[in-house]
Amino acid sequence: MSRIRSLVPWATSMAAFMAALIAGPARAEGMDQAISDIIGPIVNPIVSFIFYSVPVAGVQFPLIVGWLIIAAVVFTLYFGFVQFRLFSHAIRLVKGDYTDPKDEGEVSHFQALATALSGTVGLGNIAGVAVAVSLGGPGATFWMILAGLLGMASKFCECTLGVKYRNVNADGSISGGPMYYLSKGFAENGKVGLGKVLAVFFAICAIGGSIGGGNMFQANQSYQQAVNVTGGDASFLIGYGWLFGLVMAAIVGMVIIGGIKSIARVTEKLVPMMAIIYVIAALVILGFNFSAIPDAFGAIIEGAFAPVAVGGGIVGVLIQGFKRAAFSNEAGIGSAAIAHSAVKTSQPVTEGIVALLEPFIDTVVICTMTALVIVITGAYQVEGLGGVQLTSYAFETAFPWFPYVLALAVLMFAFSTMLSWSYYGLKAWTYLFGEGKGSEIVYKLIFLSFVVIGSSMSLGPVIDFSDAMIFAMSIANVIGLYYLMPVVKRELSQYLAKIKSGEIAPVDKKAKRHNA
Amino acid sequence: MTTSLIVGLDGTPGGDSAIAHAKRVATLIGPETNIILCYVVEWSPYSFNTPEENAQRAGRRESEIKLARERVLAPAITELEKEGYQVEGRVRHGDAAEILSLLAREVNAELIIVGRKGESVRSRIFGSVTAHLIQEASVPVTVVP
Repeated sequence: MSRIRSLVPWATSMAAFMAALIAGPARAEGMDQAISDIIGPIVNPIVSFIFYSVPVAGVQFPLIVGWLIIAAVVFTLYFGFVQFRLFSHAIRLVKGDYTDPKDEGEVSHFQALATALSGTVGLGNIAGVAVAVSLGGPGATFWMILAGLLGMASKFCECTLGVKYRNVNADGSISGGPMYYLSKGFAENGKVGLGKVLAVFFAICAIGGSIGGGNMFQANQSYQQAVNVTGGDASFLIGYGWLFGLVMAAIVGMVIIGGIKSIARVTEKLVPMMAIIYVIAALVILGFNFSAIPDAFGAIIEGAFAPVAVGGGIVGVLIQGFKRAAFSNEAGIGSAAIAHSAVKTSQPVTEGIVALLEPFIDTVVICTMTALVIVITGAYQVEGLGGVQLTSYAFETAFPWFPYVLALAVLMFAFSTMLSWSYYGLKAWTYLFGEGKGSEIVYKLIFLSFVVIGSSMSLGPVIDFSDAMIFAMSIANVIGLYYLMPVVKRELSQYLAKIKSGEIAPVDKKAKRHNA
Repeated sequence: MTTSLIVGLDGTPGGDSAIAHAKRVATLIGPETNIILCYVVEWSPYSFNTPEENAQRAGRRESEIKLARERVLAPAITELEKEGYQVEGRVRHGDAAEILSLLAREVNAELIIVGRKGESVRSRIFGSVTAHLIQEASVPVTVVP
């Protein structure tokens, strides 16, 4: 695994990739190796393009990570720290305090948030954090939390726009997301062509992202964890990644093509439960190691500002933390805007406010739990562990049975993330190629075939490709957010004015019904 | 003064016996009695959905309302009107017990009439809709066997 770990850094050159691919991880053989060999050379140039890096203070700094962080800082300042000012209001909106009783039976704020969360809470929170801490040391946690807090403003901005510019189709269904706000928002100012170009670029990247981070990465890590709990290197699953992928693809296919809703419904109920079990387990471990908490925080702060033995010093740590936060909570990527757009509200900005809870729950709470457990148990100091195996090991030190629970959680998270992303990708696909059964089936079949490919490839190429495609979505999305942020600001100020004047007030459901 | 009776329907035979009882009560009270048939589609704002379900929700809500009106309410209303009763129908989404008791307050109803449902596993664990209704309602509830 140490070879794979060394593959993960973004800076890895193409040559190193090729060499590694030819050599291959010793345990992936046969069919799996063949698939890796075919996909690797196609994927690597895309990865190098997206992660074009410039040297900053002697470290390679990928411009795309800076792009997202600068955007998050700009939105935080532009909206006057909206993530802190309206945090409690967001919770009241989710509780339904401001929901008109006439909207019963429609998509509630809670449902929109929960749906978006089940798309983002996933392997990023378990495996991604482990990658950050194993490469960047404990200090990466600090930068990850900071990136999560800043990212809340990006989410606020994009989800407000997602609702404002959504399409209501003839059958009453809703299509929303960056494709729609890019094209419609720019068109409002006469820039039809530019809007269209950005929307199409976004849609292409979203399809790529749905196949990469939303699919291959998930399939890959589920397989890794399945191997892990069935005996590691002695597992009967070794070399059968393709078979594992085939089974997984069959189950996903049953839902997205076969329309078997019961499977989706079970997942949607189990995922929040898994997330809660995960957080509780993490808290219990932290409780067991109560006395070690100050030291862990010390290591995190010290590692954040004065890292030792980490390539690239502060910048290196910072990049690891920022990268994993961005990959986990997807703020500025645009995917959440698709999920949030179905909510029923007359004030688009309310969904933006609700959406700012998403990076908080995802990164500031769940990712931080993972990181703390890895740091506190000292698991990150164990050589040769990366990704989900590191997290699994960290939890195992406290609960020997935890890898099994984690394997189930990983499967569930992966599955629900795949379902969400298959939908995001599908929306992008139908935006490009038009709605219709035929075109949808083509996309779904492509999606399923990548489930198999994802579980067959080694972690390095998969993780880099997923990063590349997901981050590429942010290029068009963030340009659009900069251009349209005055629209969001207007929406926000008129909403806050109405709250202040009492025109929009919390609904006392019983009283209101009585007067009606 | 008009007296309002609310009849909770869910499309099962229990609803028919509730309607039959509402007719008897309405006859006893007299001609100024308004029977409100309320069909409740079970729904919660706190459930977990897939993105696809969310996107289609608004459209599906419309069709749920239409279906309930056509299949359940319309036939019952036609029959009651033919027999000379004053009747109206409503479709609402939410928790049946909560919706019926809110509606009772909204229209100042005298009585809520519901049919008794068979014991399901769910109702054994979580308590039945009827039990919740009795707990929650601000007006008398009649449960028709």
